[in-house]
Amino acid sequence: MTTIPKVRYSRRSMLRTGAAALGATALPAPMVWGQETKDIVLRQFGTGVSNLNDVANKVKEDLGFTLEMTALDSDSVTQRAATQPDSFDIADIEYWICKKVWPTGNLQAMDTSRIIQYDNIVGIFRTGKLNPTSTIAQGTAPHTVGFVEGPGGTEFVDNESGWMTLIPTIYNADTLGIRPDLIGRPINNWSELLNPEFQGKASILDISSIGIMDMAMVCESMGEITYADKGNMTREEIDRTIAIFTEAKQNGQFRAFWKTFDESVNLMASGEVVIQSMWSPAITAVKSRGIPCIYQPLEEGYRSWGGGIGLSSNLSGMELDAAYDYINWYLAGWVGGYLMRQGYYSAVPETSKAFMTENEWGYWFEGKEATDVITSPTGDELAQAGETRDGGSFEERMGAVACWNAVMDENQYMVRKWNEFIAA
Amino acid sequence: MTDQTITAVPSADPAPRSRRAPNRHLTGWLMAAPLAVVLGLFLILPILTIVVVSFWGATEFSIYPAFQFDNYAFLLTSEVTWRVFGNTFKYAAITWVCTLLIGFTVAYYLAFHIRSLTWQVALFLLCTIPFLTSNIIRMISWIPFLGREGIANSALLSWGVIDAPLDWLLFSDFSVILAFVHLYTLFMVVPIFNTMMRIDRSLIEAATDAGASGWQTLWHVIVPLTKPGIMIGTIFVVTLVMGDFITVRFMSGSQSANVGRLISNDIGLLQYPSASATAVVLLITVLLVIGVLLRFVDIRKEL
Repeated sequence: MTTIPKVRYSRRSMLRTGAAALGATALPAPMVWGQETKDIVLRQFGTGVSNLNDVANKVKEDLGFTLEMTALDSDSVTQRAATQPDSFDIADIEYWICKKVWPTGNLQAMDTSRIIQYDNIVGIFRTGKLNPTSTIAQGTAPHTVGFVEGPGGTEFVDNESGWMTLIPTIYNADTLGIRPDLIGRPINNWSELLNPEFQGKASILDISSIGIMDMAMVCESMGEITYADKGNMTREEIDRTIAIFTEAKQNGQFRAFWKTFDESVNLMASGEVVIQSMWSPAITAVKSRGIPCIYQPLEEGYRSWGGGIGLSSNLSGMELDAAYDYINWYLAGWVGGYLMRQGYYSAVPETSKAFMTENEWGYWFEGKEATDVITSPTGDELAQAGETRDGGSFEERMGAVACWNAVMDENQYMVRKWNEFIAA
Repeated sequence: MTDQTITAVPSADPAPRSRRAPNRHLTGWLMAAPLAVVLGLFLILPILTIVVVSFWGATEFSIYPAFQFDNYAFLLTSEVTWRVFGNTFKYAAITWVCTLLIGFTVAYYLAFHIRSLTWQVALFLLCTIPFLTSNIIRMISWIPFLGREGIANSALLSWGVIDAPLDWLLFSDFSVILAFVHLYTLFMVVPIFNTMMRIDRSLIEAATDAGASGWQTLWHVIVPLTKPGIMIGTIFVVTLVMGDFITVRFMSGSQSANVGRLISNDIGLLQYPSASATAVVLLITVLLVIGVLLRFVDIRKEL
């Protein structure tokens, strides 16, 4: 009994999810021995989005080893992954960070034959296509930095080589948030952000790497600029984009810029701003105060982002086995269900279904009307019966991605221009 | 005269001095050592590190030792730097004028109009009460107050003073300076009040007896005697405002920049060498400003 810990799920989730859960429990069977497992400590760091203490607790419960979580902002995450390989075992990073960090050799490729759910991972992360007919979006699309040639490969390859850089964990499609009650008419295009109608009531986020993408979506929607690749602009494109926004700023288009999640919530909730770039949970936070707020789907599509876990090149032996167990457990559904009930997507949605009610699955994934109150994992009410998710189903939202968060070749130039924009 | 005293002292009692001399030197050094070590470790060394790093180079996610002037070259030739330094000086100057006027008035009232020492102390403590909460909270609490649907605007609207909410109340230079003045006026009040309390009251009586009006007494007697206090307060306010970044970020809604924000942006993007170079230039600027200020008043002498 003490030698091999079984993966245990609580009675409640067993009853609720029934046979599907039984199927899932069979999959992530741990391969490491119990007593020694308890001494294993894996150190994970990443952005706050998926570094959840609930996950660490559940890992201890299900797999027996300890997962230490450190949450940092994305700049610090990049720096740490690139410069301090001894300080972590598992890196929870975004795909564009992977593009920057992989060449340092601090991460090791993963053998996909050891990933039980590999074949069920959403196509975006393997072929770049959600379904066979989709087109691949601009920017750092996850599949372009998702594979390397072999265990020690440093060059990304454009096919499913069997060696994966990051196992996708969490992703979503971002768009503009609006206050329908203060706008009073339909909003359908990114260009509305610079519409003089909203002078002094618009905002954009002051994080250059993401802000420039939102700017590009707006400029393209206005018909001012057509980009070859919004995720990798030329200096001229950067200049023209910043010029358009500098002019708007000087004309008083923006009420403020925001840098943190809380700031974006407060700007929207207080009515200072009626249209701005926003993140999905911020919309939820505004709505939970009883203030109407829509995550507006737009004709030009979404700006998307994705994160995944990568393994430190220092991992070997039993720790490496434990890390594979962790990855398999991650994809087995419990975490996916947890994240999807916050409005994110998991890499293998089917396994998450077993950990969600039919109502939740219908609302979050299929874009159906809620048949009952939708609550977050922490118990906040997010939607009432009869409401549908902004943007609709998974296929509708992830199928309409226009570009992925990216790091440009001209990144340093872009950052300087961004500083000029802020000081203008 | 001076020659005499210098030569006279050692010759007066040569024997005991030469016996005690090494001992006394040693004690002196030992007594100065703790402070010197603390300052050396926690002030001089960090500043030297910043200066050294400011000549280093940086890639996107690492820094490497070098000796190059790229950071300074970019900094000093960029139009943004000049605009941002200009903005920083503007904030410092306006805040200085406002805090000086308010601070002087408050200190004057406390020192010369309140007669009883008990009340003086009580009212002075009252001034410090806001400092019991954090700097950031005092600043952020302005945001809901000044907002478009905030208390200020709704009050003005209901009184019929304005027809539409005033947008410039929040996320503007106005709100930045308002927050600065609110945060830093006490740093002006304290030193001015302190020097005023030490003015000999008979001087004021003498001025009155000599026929000076109230304004003349204020301008020709009190202000000159309060100069050291004003200068200390000025140094506080100017250095605090010039080094700030968080007030400008929050109160301007990230729409304005000062030097502190340039540094904080660079740090966020892991460009430590560039941040160091900016910090060095800012440090030199602030030291120059203080140097100029000290030309006007010899604080050491006046204290």
